[in-house]
Order: sequence, then structure tokens, then C-alpha cells
Amino acid sequence: MIPFSYSLAANEQDALARGANGTARYLAGGTNLVDLMRQDIERADALVDISRLPATIEETAGGGLVVGAAVRNAALAADPRVRARYPMLSRALLAAASAQIRNMATVGGNILQRTRCSYFYDVAGSRCNKRSPGAGCDAIGGFTRYHAILGASDRCAATHPSDMCVALVALDAIVHLEGATGRRSMPLADLHVLPGDTPHIETSLRPGELITGIEIPSCPAAANSTYRKVRDRSSYAFALVSVAAALKVADGKISDVRIALGGVAPKPWRAKRAEAALRGSAPGDDAFRVAADAELADAAPLEGNGFKVSLARNTIVAVLGGLAGEAA
Amino acid sequence: MAIVINGTDHPIPNDPRMSLLDLLRERVGLTGTKLGCNQGACGACTVLLDGERVLSCLTLAVQASGRQVRTIEGLAGEGLAGEGLAGEEGPLHPLQQAFIDHDGFQCGYCTPGQICSALGMLEELRRGEPSHVTADLSAGRTALTREELRERMSGNLCRCGGHNGIVDAILEYAEKGGAA
Ligand SMILES: Cc1cc2nc3c(=O)[nH]c(=O)nc-3n(C[C@H](O)[C@H](O)[C@H](O)COP(=O)(O)OP(=O)(O)OC[C@H]3O[C@@H](n4cnc5c(N)ncnc54)[C@H](O)[C@@H]3O)c2cc1C
Ligand code: FES
Ligand code: FES
Repeated sequence: MIPFSYSLAANEQDALARGANGTARYLAGGTNLVDLMRQDIERADALVDISRLPATIEETAGGGLVVGAAVRNAALAADPRVRARYPMLSRALLAAASAQIRNMATVGGNILQRTRCSYFYDVAGSRCNKRSPGAGCDAIGGFTRYHAILGASDRCAATHPSDMCVALVALDAIVHLEGATGRRSMPLADLHVLPGDTPHIETSLRPGELITGIEIPSCPAAANSTYRKVRDRSSYAFALVSVAAALKVADGKISDVRIALGGVAPKPWRAKRAEAALRGSAPGDDAFRVAADAELADAAPLEGNGFKVSLARNTIVAVLGGLAGEAA
Repeated sequence: MAIVINGTDHPIPNDPRMSLLDLLRERVGLTGTKLGCNQGACGACTVLLDGERVLSCLTLAVQASGRQVRTIEGLAGEGLAGEGLAGEEGPLHPLQQAFIDHDGFQCGYCTPGQICSALGMLEELRRGEPSHVTADLSAGRTALTREELRERMSGNLCRCGGHNGIVDAILEYAEKGGAA
């Protein structure tokens, strides 16, 4: 790690003033940033500690929740309102990392965590377009079991590792931001960007901008929702494929459906095509399979991850079948 | 401000790069907490920070400023400080004893992390927090089955494969009403 200065932000304004400064970085739980700085993948002259900013979860007028960026992953998963209204969010958080890491990790840091692509981590031995723009990518043509099948480019096929974000994009979560030019908000689905020719650009965040919180709108369908994570060991591992889904059936027809995928794309992947194929139709395995196939029609697997296409399809069908229950 | 480690104040290091783990081991001389992977993947460095289990390898020492750190050395003789039996001189913490009784270790390298983690875990359970394997998220309380315990302790690896003894030790301690 190169030397850096450390300061504790007293409040958001203080954090912004300090964060605007050159190569300063915000430090939250540190579970990703400290690791990456130790590996010399990330560098900063100054760390602005935002982990002690207010961490509240509040009701919105519309029946949703606003979650402070400093709320710990463990606290969000355990919140009784989240457990009752958005079980897929609790389940996504509980499927991630370990209890120790969830006690440290914050909502803001989870959103901005970087890929776990092993070539990205291999500073000494591998080329990576994220680390050094234009250097080339040793993952493509290499060991690609953990890489993307949707949304990748020929420059980068790294996946976004977050479980929480998969549930949040399915729930249409909004990110609240504050920066030098004031406050703004955007759908979480628009925060992360696909790699294209510039895989080192991962979000539409502006320099020095702070995530102040996320807003989860009311979503009655989410009371019947879940998160299924398929991985190489049953706990403490990143997803090969994960599915967050909510399903509401009324009069034998699907009245609302939310589906998002993890482990398969450079960003949390909202399965809009699958949702469109299902809305208004009768629930059932055939319909679920057709919808999954519609979503995966553009899948472009690499040499080592072709299995993810059928794994994603089967997981979508199984998760929706479980949520439909008797209605299917 | 200082860092309170097992009840004693310690100054914050000048270099903010120092991890809480390095502070404990290299500065304070508390080598019970172990360095495994140094990247969050093994749990050997688990300590209790204001009662919550965290990884000391990914915590900068300066981030613990003004907070209470509890390590394996702070467990033995707990509550006996007034009788001059604090820390390593006192009798073992009942969970430490349970690990011995159930062969909850072989080389012992993961043990301090396992024990601190288990104490944090039981506190989470007491607060009614669910886990990945909890079937009913709306239940206020979850029973500590073997399955629940294994999932909740999955952040602590044991390369010796001592898991059955570890699970037995924690279960016995919990069943006897053990609290953190
Ligand atoms: C061994 C291991 C296993 C893991 N397994 C999983 C897993 O299975 N699933 C999963 O989803 N995750 C997993 N993780 C990743 C973990 O979820 C993230 O490391 C964590 O969520 C990051 O949060 P943090 O608060 O610690 O962020 P930090 O490390 O403090 O910060 C991460 C980044 O976010 C920026 N940042 C943080 N907060 C803000 C803010 N409010 N505004 C602007 N910028 C901000 C920081 O500057 C930094 O760039 C794992 C991590 C480890 C170490
Ligand atoms: S040494 Fe901290 S988790 Fe391995
Ligand atoms: S007892 Fe050897 S690593 Fe667990």
C-alpha cells in the first residue's frame, strides 16, 4: 500500500469537501477497498472514512424504504420490514460473503465493489483492461468459469459480484447521490455501465460523488419473492448464477413479475425480456422456460462458461415455479 | 482517542495503513489473533468490535478508534478482573473449555477466530437475526440446528477439518445457555 492520510468524515458535507480533493477515496467497511489497496490495484492519497455517517432505514411516504449508504449489510438483511416486504433482498444479502464481512460491509460499498475476476487481481501476471486501459484481457481465452455470458465485450467479460444489487435492481431501487454540483438520483440499474470499449469505466458516478442512500419503492409483488444463488460451494462463495424474483398472480394471470440475474453479466442484470414475456400470461413451467429463453437469446458464452446458459435457464424456471406454488 | 483492547486503552498507530490485526499482533503483542489469508477469506483474524464479529485483517486500526476490541486473550477469566484473575491468568472461558472437551481443533490455528466468531454468532442469534438457511424470515427466533450453525460459521475455515468438533463444542456451550 502506498502511504495515505486518513480522516473521519463528521457528516455528508464534510465527506464531500474532503472527497473532492484529488485522489481521495471514500472508505466505508473497507472489505473491498483495503484489500484492493493492499494488492496495489487501487491507490489513494487520502482516505475519507464515511463508515460512521448516520445509518438509518426510514419509511417513505409511498410505502417504500430509504436506506442510508452506511447501513451495514447485516443490519439491512435483518431489518423486519425488509424481511417482510422484500424477502429477496434479505435473502440476497444473507447469501453473500460471511457474517463477519456482512457486519462490516455497507450498502454504498457493496454497490461499488469491484469485480472478483482473478485476472483483474493478478497484477503481476495478467493483462487487464480494467486495471490498465488498452493493455488487453487475459481472461478471454483463459479460465472463464466465473465470467459473463450477457453484456460483455471483447475487451472485458468480468462479472459484477454483488448479490444485494441483483435484488435491488429487480425492485427498481433508486440511488441517491450528492456531489460538487448538488444532489441527484438515478435508477440503480443505470449506475453500473457495460464494458464496451472502456471496461475501466464501471459506473456513471462523477468524481468525488457520494452515494448517500438507496430508495426501495413499494412493491407488493415482492412479499412473494426470493433469491437463489448457485455456487461452487454452498456458503461463502460468489455466484455462478443467481436469480432474484418476485411473482404476483391474480385471477390465474401474472399481474407483476420481477426477475434479475447475478453472476452472468458485468452489471446486475434486470431480465426485462423475461418479465415482458410473462406479464399477463398464465404461470407454468412452459411459460417460465419460454421467458428464460427469451432473456438468454443473446447469451454469448466463452469457452469455459457455456454451462451458465442452461444453469441460468433452469434456475429461473425453478425459482418462478417455487414462487407460483399452487398457482402454476 | 484510543482503542480499547480487552479493557485497556492503546494509542492509535500513526500510520493509517496498519490493520487492526497488525496492531494487535505486532504492537500490542496479542498474538492469539491469527493472520491467515490477509484478504477476508478465512476468518482466522476474527475479533469482536463493540461486540460484533469482524475481520481484523480488513479493518484499519484507525477505524477502531474509540471502540472496544475483544480478542481471544480477553476471554479467559472474564468477569474475574476484580479478583485479580483477568485475562490469560484466569480460568478458561466456557467456550474455550468446550473446544477442548470436544476436540474442536487440531493445529489450533483457526481456533481463536472460531471462538470469537461463535460468540458474535450467538449474539446475532439471540437478536433473532436470520441466516441464509433460515426457512421462515418472519420468525422472531431461530433454533440453533447443526445446519444453522454450519451456515453461520461458514466464514471461519478450518484446514484441519475439525468442523464436527467445532460444531459440537459451540452447540454444547449454547445449550448450556452460554452467552457472549
Ligand atoms: C472473502 C470475501 C467474500 C465475499 N463474498 C461476497 C459475495 O458472496 N457476494 C457479494 O455480494 N459480495 C461479496 N463480497 C464483497 C463484499 O460484499 C464487499 O466487499 C462489500 O459489500 C463492500 O462494502 P464496504 O462497505 O466494505 O466497501 P469499501 O471496501 O469500504 O468500499 C468499496 C468501494 O466503494 C466506495 N464507496 C463506499 N461507500 C461509498 C459511498 N457511500 N459513496 C461513494 N463511494 C463509496 C469506496 O470508495 C470503494 O471504492 C465478499 C468479500 C470478501 C472479502
Ligand atoms: S486473515 Fe483475515 S480473513 Fe483471513
Ligand atoms: S484446527 Fe487447524 S486450521 Fe482449524
